[in-house]
Amino acid sequence: MGGKAGDGINSAGYLVAQILSHAGYRVYMYFDYPSLIKGGHNFAIVRASPERKGAVREAVDFVLALNQDTLDLHRWRIREGTVTICDGWQVKGGDVRVPVPDILREEGAPPVMGNSCLIGAFARAAGIRWEILAEVFARHVRKGLEMNLKVARRGYELSREYRAIRELDARPAPIISGNEAIGLGLIHGGLDAYVAYPMTPTSNLLHFLAENAGDAGITVFHPENEIAVMLMALGFAYAGKRTAVGTSGGGFCLMTEGLSLSGGAEIPVVVVLGQRPGPSTGMPTYTAQSDLHFALHAGQGEFPRLVVAPGDPMQAFTWSSLSLDLAWKYQVPAIVLCDKTLCEGYYSADIPAGDVPRAGGVKAGEPGPGYKRYLLTEDGVSPLLFPGAPGTLVKVNSYTHDEAGITTEDPTVAALMAEKRARKGKALEAAVAELPAVFTGGTKDAERALVCWGSTVSACCEVGRERNFRVVQPVVLSPFPREQFLAALGGTGDLVVVEENSCGQLEMLLARHGVRATASVRKYDGRPFSVDELSRRLGEVAP
Amino acid sequence: MTEQKLVTPAQNTWCPGCGNFVIQFALRDALRAAIERGTDPDSIVLVTGIGCHAKMADYLAVNSFYAIHGRTVPVATGIKMANPDLSVICCAGDGDAYAEGLDHLVFSAKRNSDITVIVHNNRVYGLTTGQYTPTSPYGFRGRSTPAGTVEPPLNPLALMLSSGATFVARGCTRRKKDLEGIFSEAMEHRGFAFVDVLQVCATYFNAADVYDRFVYPLEGHDTGDFAAAFRKAREWDYTSEGPIATGIFYRASRPTLEETMKPVSRAGKVPAETIAKILEARK
Ligand code: SF4
Repeated sequence: MGGKAGDGINSAGYLVAQILSHAGYRVYMYFDYPSLIKGGHNFAIVRASPERKGAVREAVDFVLALNQDTLDLHRWRIREGTVTICDGWQVKGGDVRVPVPDILREEGAPPVMGNSCLIGAFARAAGIRWEILAEVFARHVRKGLEMNLKVARRGYELSREYRAIRELDARPAPIISGNEAIGLGLIHGGLDAYVAYPMTPTSNLLHFLAENAGDAGITVFHPENEIAVMLMALGFAYAGKRTAVGTSGGGFCLMTEGLSLSGGAEIPVVVVLGQRPGPSTGMPTYTAQSDLHFALHAGQGEFPRLVVAPGDPMQAFTWSSLSLDLAWKYQVPAIVLCDKTLCEGYYSADIPAGDVPRAGGVKAGEPGPGYKRYLLTEDGVSPLLFPGAPGTLVKVNSYTHDEAGITTEDPTVAALMAEKRARKGKALEAAVAELPAVFTGGTKDAERALVCWGSTVSACCEVGRERNFRVVQPVVLSPFPREQFLAALGGTGDLVVVEENSCGQLEMLLARHGVRATASVRKYDGRPFSVDELSRRLGEVAP
Repeated sequence: MTEQKLVTPAQNTWCPGCGNFVIQFALRDALRAAIERGTDPDSIVLVTGIGCHAKMADYLAVNSFYAIHGRTVPVATGIKMANPDLSVICCAGDGDAYAEGLDHLVFSAKRNSDITVIVHNNRVYGLTTGQYTPTSPYGFRGRSTPAGTVEPPLNPLALMLSSGATFVARGCTRRKKDLEGIFSEAMEHRGFAFVDVLQVCATYFNAADVYDRFVYPLEGHDTGDFAAAFRKAREWDYTSEGPIATGIFYRASRPTLEETMKPVSRAGKVPAETIAKILEARK
């Protein structure tokens, strides 16, 4: 479905996805838009299938065109049997021509309801019962339900059945964005506060948590810039509140001083880092996987950190929750590394709320004058207390400090503190080893492997099943779950690394752990792999 | 814990004659007075930046967050939002607050966060050995500006008044008793309290003579009169010789950030129920 920015293509695509979901399918929606508020070409591709999918194919069965661009720019997606449904006033040609402006005028409806006319016409063309459309509209149209139904009905009536989609009897699953999955995961992990400055592709996470702050009992705050975001979050955490922040690469640049403070002062924080193409402003509304090494190395000095890269909403939910738990348990910064494809994509999501593992409780300190915020312990983790604890001084410090949190430059203490942080890193690594830190999919017994990270996992799994590849996706990237990863690779020979950057950042990380790729497939044009493109590109390097 | 010593055994490394000592003792005495008035010593949190001033975190025996350059204010804001029962005080340097962290200061005044910000304004970078700061006098010869600064100083009081601060004061380390009184009033104030402390730096900018000659306490000044506060704030331009008023310039009452935000809590909320409710709405 396409039109220009301002036509409401994202919400229209969501309604189409819901209609297909209510017809019993699992759905995935990709939304493509330039960094413009009005004008430009926006389009959404909705894919429906009996099983969950997280990537699109190039060809489409239906085109819903609100403007000529939608037909012209996507002509290559049209094949034998594709049904084109168009606004007859805007578009030349097409199978179903809906006189959108006439309908809107006759019904007295505003221009933004034009896409409801097309959705109505689509439902009929796809042989979907009117009742399904009506129910979806009732549940998901926020404004002007009656009027939207009226114009959709007009579209429905003037269309006819072209290509019937069989109704399945599966019950609809919730359709959520990756951002929403992350937000829900954070709530599951016991989030108290979320602090963020708007930046695509995580702005919608800020909006989502702000909207649900009351229900979830969380404080949501948008301060002057990302520097303040990070430091406020550390203030929250120091006072005992589980806090997350969200941004993209540019904002994360500003947060790195605070990230290093988190590492040195051992104050937990979760950073949701939504990647988009850089360097610098790059292409703000498109996708990339080019900040892996930035996430792994950001901040001065050496300190342990957790970096996870979920690939779909279920992983996003699980690992956002675990990130909060692990950050608190080990008093380290955690980064949830995602990308525009995951953040702003919509998926039928079977959220595993009931069976997300918990990392276990936080080591609590004993209040009193003897309390030491940086007590040296065997696993490097010091018992936690927060200001307000009776008779207790809680002193945190960005400087090298002694056990009580007082500045020191004593070489012995400095070395002890560095070793303490390293022990904590080892403890974190051991905790990760106990968790499902590596995902395996595709053709699981295949003798060659596709290795990928983040949102490309969906396309990889589909191609892996078609072309006989095992798919191995490390979900945790730091501390790297080496043993699990090697076990998952066990028995494979050829190893192709698939990623959406130009330097091969995962490939470099693997090399550091002694794993050599035999080939690689890289994409760096800001668009995610479609299943077809990945399959083609893979055919070139590993037939 | 009423007889709390308020000072740690950490070894003090300030230069002899440094104004930081005066600020430390004035703050210690103001804290002691606050504790006597009923403030829970366990609820006091001191946030410092980086610079000579920041060692206060090591020296005062209160909860502390020894932060990084320019970032006292956002840390303090976060702490106060997280737990409004805490009494949160920032000690910041002039480079800290007026250069690196200026945006935070302006925004904190704008949002009226209930914190007290004390700027140790010695008008020079001490710990980095003598460069000019945003409040150094025009033409100041520092190690990065051997020919003299080419920009006039900021006026922090005027800036804070324009930003919406609800408590604006100035003190001077040459007048310890007055300083202690100003700190007490600042801590009592509900909302964003700002105190610019003219501090001598014994090593790099010892303006003791100037302060001794020109500093005078505000008397008969109406602290509720914004225009008068602004006039008084601009009386001295941080460069020329002339009268330098100290005391409370302005005081106003406005809802604080923490009141406006109505602190939320997860108490009684069940995450699984919230999640289930949101997911149901997405079906
Ligand atoms: S350099 Fe100046 S401000 Fe720093 S300790 Fe010495 S006298 Fe005090």
